[in-house]
Amino acid sequence: MKIRVRGLSRTFVAQGRETPALLDVDLEVAAHEFVCLLGPSGCGKSTLLNIVAGFLRPTAGEVRVDERPVTGPGADRGVVFQEYVLFPWLTVVGNVEFGLRLKGAPAAERRGIVARYLELVGLAAHAEKYPVQLSGGMKQRVAIARALANSPEIILMDEPFGALDAQTREVLQDELGRIQRVEHKTVLFVTHSIREAVYLADRVIVMTSAPGRIKQVFTIKLPEVRDRFAPEFTHYESEITRVVKEEVAKVHE
Amino acid sequence: MFLSSVPEMMEWGLRGASRSRRDALRWRLASLAVFLALWSVAGGLVELTKPFNPLFLPAPWVVIGALLELARKGQLWVHVAATLERVAVGFSAGAVLALALGLLAGQVRAVRNVVEPVVELLRPIPPLAMLPLFIVWVGIGEGSKVGFITYATFFPMFVTTVHGVAQIDGRLLRAAQSLGARPRHLFFRVILPAALPDVLTGLRLGVALSFFVIVISEFVGAENGLGYLINDGRNFFLVPQMLGAALLLGLLGYAGNGLVRVLERRVLRWQHPR
Repeated sequence: MKIRVRGLSRTFVAQGRETPALLDVDLEVAAHEFVCLLGPSGCGKSTLLNIVAGFLRPTAGEVRVDERPVTGPGADRGVVFQEYVLFPWLTVVGNVEFGLRLKGAPAAERRGIVARYLELVGLAAHAEKYPVQLSGGMKQRVAIARALANSPEIILMDEPFGALDAQTREVLQDELGRIQRVEHKTVLFVTHSIREAVYLADRVIVMTSAPGRIKQVFTIKLPEVRDRFAPEFTHYESEITRVVKEEVAKVHE
Repeated sequence: MFLSSVPEMMEWGLRGASRSRRDALRWRLASLAVFLALWSVAGGLVELTKPFNPLFLPAPWVVIGALLELARKGQLWVHVAATLERVAVGFSAGAVLALALGLLAGQVRAVRNVVEPVVELLRPIPPLAMLPLFIVWVGIGEGSKVGFITYATFFPMFVTTVHGVAQIDGRLLRAAQSLGARPRHLFFRVILPAALPDVLTGLRLGVALSFFVIVISEFVGAENGLGYLINDGRNFFLVPQMLGAALLLGLLGYAGNGLVRVLERRVLRWQHPR
């Protein structure tokens, strides 16, 4: 297993009160697998992702990557954030080659890799622009290229398309699907869009409302290139919607 | 005319329609010309009608004449150089201290907790109130003048630097770490560039303050410098010399500010790229 999560719990303390966000989560992600974490807001799916990324420590349990326990963030796990989080003082190229520079990769090698990934996300024409000059969709493409250029085996994505408009969102889903067919990364992808999950994932993990636990796991047996209007697609969509609705209803009780 | 309507603001921002740079420059030069003209007229009238001793309000050409006379005698450069040197040394020392301590305090909570209370206690005291103390402690020579600039400019530069570091978006640090950044990388590749806009604002405040306080310290026990020229002018009733030295101080401060602005435009191009 590429990622192994065991008995993971996390409690937050706010104003002296303990609120459990994650409760005893077990999860395994195989190499090259695309797994979506789905659930209502506040179900702890981002907390889980942040623990795997090494940004947060668990209260109990552990995360192992390639059987080694995670103790902090590292270049083996690329992260794509919801709000892009580009370095505003660097150009598109500067952002994409950030990790390569840290590794001390020679300039010629960097140029080749950066060109390849800018091509892959369709931003070759914007290489010298600064983040303030880019639209939301373009910024997120840069963030994806930045994560990929560092060649991590795992990519963690925290609602990466959540801040985009519906059209841009579908375009980027298409692109991510295409990229994954080339790159074969191990992906853990947090979303609250059921359609997005069914479109992208090999497995969809539905979480319960707070405290987050794993409620149900769906293995999506659809072809690699998916059709959002195929009957099998909508079947998965409605089935998962039913399960998610139970949890959303609980939040509003 | 002077207040923009909302649609105008939507189109041009609060400053109104952007005129061409040539046009803007023309207005700015015209404003200076009008100022000089009014001063000349006032000076000329006083000279002619003598409602009071014309020495009180010398016309611009008299002031410039006094400066030229000083320059001819080779004194002007000595005074300008003395002031510039004090400012350069004092300001640089202040900047180094403020940046070093500010960058540290911005990152290390313990350092901040120790340094900040003292700074916040001393900061509201007008620096001029401390000048006599400096003279008592360091003596009346160069040390107290340079040290005084360092003391005065430290505060704004320290405060802006701490703020610059403290306001850094934590997600940038996380993004860098998950790209493989270690602590030393974080400092040079994230913290420093992210804090730079605030640091530069601090430097600009520091430069302005340097010229503000050097004059006063040159009033006391100096043998050269533009502040000395002003004080000397007062003792000997040389109003043109006083005004001339003040004018030069204005120009030097303006140039110093311009230098930092050029630096800002260079290193902060990412904020307004073209």
